[in-house]
Amino acid sequence: MISKLFKFKGGVHIPQHKESSTQLAVEPASIPKRLILPLTQHIGTPAAPIVEVGQKVLKGEKIAQADGYVSAPVHAPTSGIIEDIGDYPLPHPSGMLAQCIVIKPDGEDRWIELKGHSGDYKQLDPSELRNIIRSSGIVGLGGAGFPTSIKHNPGPDRVIDTLILNGAECEPYITCDDMLMREKSREIICGLLITKHALQAKRCIIAIENNKTLAIESMQQAAKEFADRNIEVVAIPTVYPAGSEKQIIYTITGKETPKNGLPLHIGVVCQNVGTTAAVYRAIHHGEPLISRYVTIAGDVKQPRNLEVLFGTSANDLIEQCGGSTADIRRIIIGGPMMGFAMQQITIPVIKTTNCILIDAGQTKDLHTRQYTMPCIRCDSCADVCPVNLLPQQLYWFSKAQELDRIQEYNVFDCIECGCCDYVCPSQIPLVQYYRFAKSEIWKRERETQKSDAARDRHEFHQFRIDREKAEKAEKLRQKKAALKIKKQATDQSNEIGNNDKKEAEPKNAAIVAAMERVKAKKAQQKVEPKNTDDLTDHQKKLVTEIDQRRAEQRETQVSNSNDNAKMDNKEL
Amino acid sequence: MLSAILVVGLLATIFGIVLGFSAVKFKVQGDPLVEKIDKLLPQTQCGQCGYPGCKPYAAAIANEAAEINQCPPGGEQTIQDLAALLNREIIPLNPENGAEKEKSVVIIDEETCIGCTLCIQACPIDAIVGAAKQMHTIIESECTGCDLCIPPCPVDCIIITPIKKDLTTWQWAKPTELGINNSDKQAQVATDDQ
Ligand code: SF4
Ligand code: SF4
Repeated sequence: MISKLFKFKGGVHIPQHKESSTQLAVEPASIPKRLILPLTQHIGTPAAPIVEVGQKVLKGEKIAQADGYVSAPVHAPTSGIIEDIGDYPLPHPSGMLAQCIVIKPDGEDRWIELKGHSGDYKQLDPSELRNIIRSSGIVGLGGAGFPTSIKHNPGPDRVIDTLILNGAECEPYITCDDMLMREKSREIICGLLITKHALQAKRCIIAIENNKTLAIESMQQAAKEFADRNIEVVAIPTVYPAGSEKQIIYTITGKETPKNGLPLHIGVVCQNVGTTAAVYRAIHHGEPLISRYVTIAGDVKQPRNLEVLFGTSANDLIEQCGGSTADIRRIIIGGPMMGFAMQQITIPVIKTTNCILIDAGQTKDLHTRQYTMPCIRCDSCADVCPVNLLPQQLYWFSKAQELDRIQEYNVFDCIECGCCDYVCPSQIPLVQYYRFAKSEIWKRERETQKSDAARDRHEFHQFRIDREKAEKAEKLRQKKAALKIKKQATDQSNEIGNNDKKEAEPKNAAIVAAMERVKAKKAQQKVEPKNTDDLTDHQKKLVTEIDQRRAEQRETQVSNSNDNAKMDNKEL
Repeated sequence: MLSAILVVGLLATIFGIVLGFSAVKFKVQGDPLVEKIDKLLPQTQCGQCGYPGCKPYAAAIANEAAEINQCPPGGEQTIQDLAALLNREIIPLNPENGAEKEKSVVIIDEETCIGCTLCIQACPIDAIVGAAKQMHTIIESECTGCDLCIPPCPVDCIIITPIKKDLTTWQWAKPTELGINNSDKQAQVATDDQ
């Protein structure tokens, strides 16, 4: 039993705006006309497509496989035909294009043959469970999208003391985990038990913010049914960012995740509720991850949660929620605190999309900050930072691009929660300054690596050239020495002129033979210079002149060399 | 009086020995300042600065024989870094040496290549693979974009291509300092209800 919760420093209380989207029960969204499935829906290497354009696929069929250890496969969310494999805009703050597979659904929604392990998951050992989870394409559905099978592999001699199920969902507007806990609590607990088995964890804590009373009730109910003494539902205080991994771990265990370390280094694994539900479906029913709950909120006529097939565009979902209430200014993927804005409305839902917020300028709390003013050094930002950083200092360093200093002030510990941004009276986009600094540091690191490599290669190049020079000089020296010895030897045995003639004769013979060969070859191939036809008289004259000049030159050369030879002979 | 002279003399001898010993024992190899400067240069070895490579330019800067604004591939960034290291003034890039350009690599049009090996000889970092009369190719991951291989090519088959931007190299923009906010990529909530 948990006797005490720990309160992390800082955090903010923000208007939650969660009621409007929890009024209706979750329904499956309709199958759209086309599904655009990015190959990067997770952290790590993009998946590699294993289908071709025009191929027919069934629902749940693997269409792209994991490429490397940190990667995840992609499955067809419905049956249909592969329409295209090409670049489409990603739901990513860069708005960049990247490779996607486009499926045109055939409307039959026909599953491939599924093979589940209902009930007997305890017979499977952890590594088999991990394999199924990996091949089902399951990644963390809480936001980051880290492949779950890797999280389930803590290493041979690590003991997992606490498995925390994260149902905090602390960002405003987002309610998909809340709805999932209300409606699928049994699936979540089943998945939790499987995860517990895979990790051999000692106890499980389901942590839910205390403003989600219905979810807490439903989870408690389900936990009771399974009668596992080691599972406990805990209501934690509602304060942003309670659902952030490090903060929830601290709240439950009082332990801090070490710098540059992972929660499992302190014997904790944290898992999102949606992820465990997906684990349950993969193990019990053999279903790969092809859909998720998504909150559609903000300026739409009927905010709600839908069960959405991956690849469905935001536009389709907005239409199913009755359309927007005014002209859409931007679409926010994720919540208002940590999400990012996109201008296109065609971007698809992917594994990590928990919420689509529509900003049509009517919901007050969604307005962007309008005007940045100078920092007044009020230090409100430091009061709310849950990681105990000094946001104001980080801001100054980022602004001045003092990248060494900003690292000394631990910018990489910043979880980009946006609390500092939220309270800053000068409306300074602080988090963006930190993101800029982080990506600038990464860029510099890449550049240094590259220039170091270039320096090494250049040094080796220099060394190689010197070595080759030395080798050449050495060879020349050896040749000279050998020649000297030879000459000395011939001097002793032969008369002077004879020897030279003997050597020259075979050489001359070889040259003559080579010339004959070339002639023969030319005759064989019948290659004739093409530019000798239809010459004007003037050109013909020029040609003969040049030929003459060449012949003269050749003669003088021959006589010269003869002279030289004679002189050489004399010298010898 | 005598003892004072003796004591001072003794001290001088002891310090002399210590200093002499450490001068031998802790001798610094190479010139650390040149190394430090070289570390900040982009290592393209392109010679645009007027020196035969990055290291000679670094040595010239260290001897105060060259200004810190001679390196076009390094551009403004390198000037800033050098200024910070050497406590010198930040000055604009010397336009005579060329302008800073987008980072690029070169590729060989393999259809046109005649296998003359001239580019191989020009490459300062051995990033071109090939042999006489064989098609050549560039190891793109190693190419620094110094463009030294372009002039020797007799058939002009080496093409400059900008480095493809992808998600792994994408960068967050720096926000505008004051005034209207440009951070529309951020979904931040407004604070006027506070
Ligand atoms: S965004 Fe970073 S600096 Fe700001 S409050 Fe959150 S953790 Fe602290
Ligand atoms: S909250 Fe804003 S104005 Fe206040 S110290 Fe922090 S950055 Fe400056």
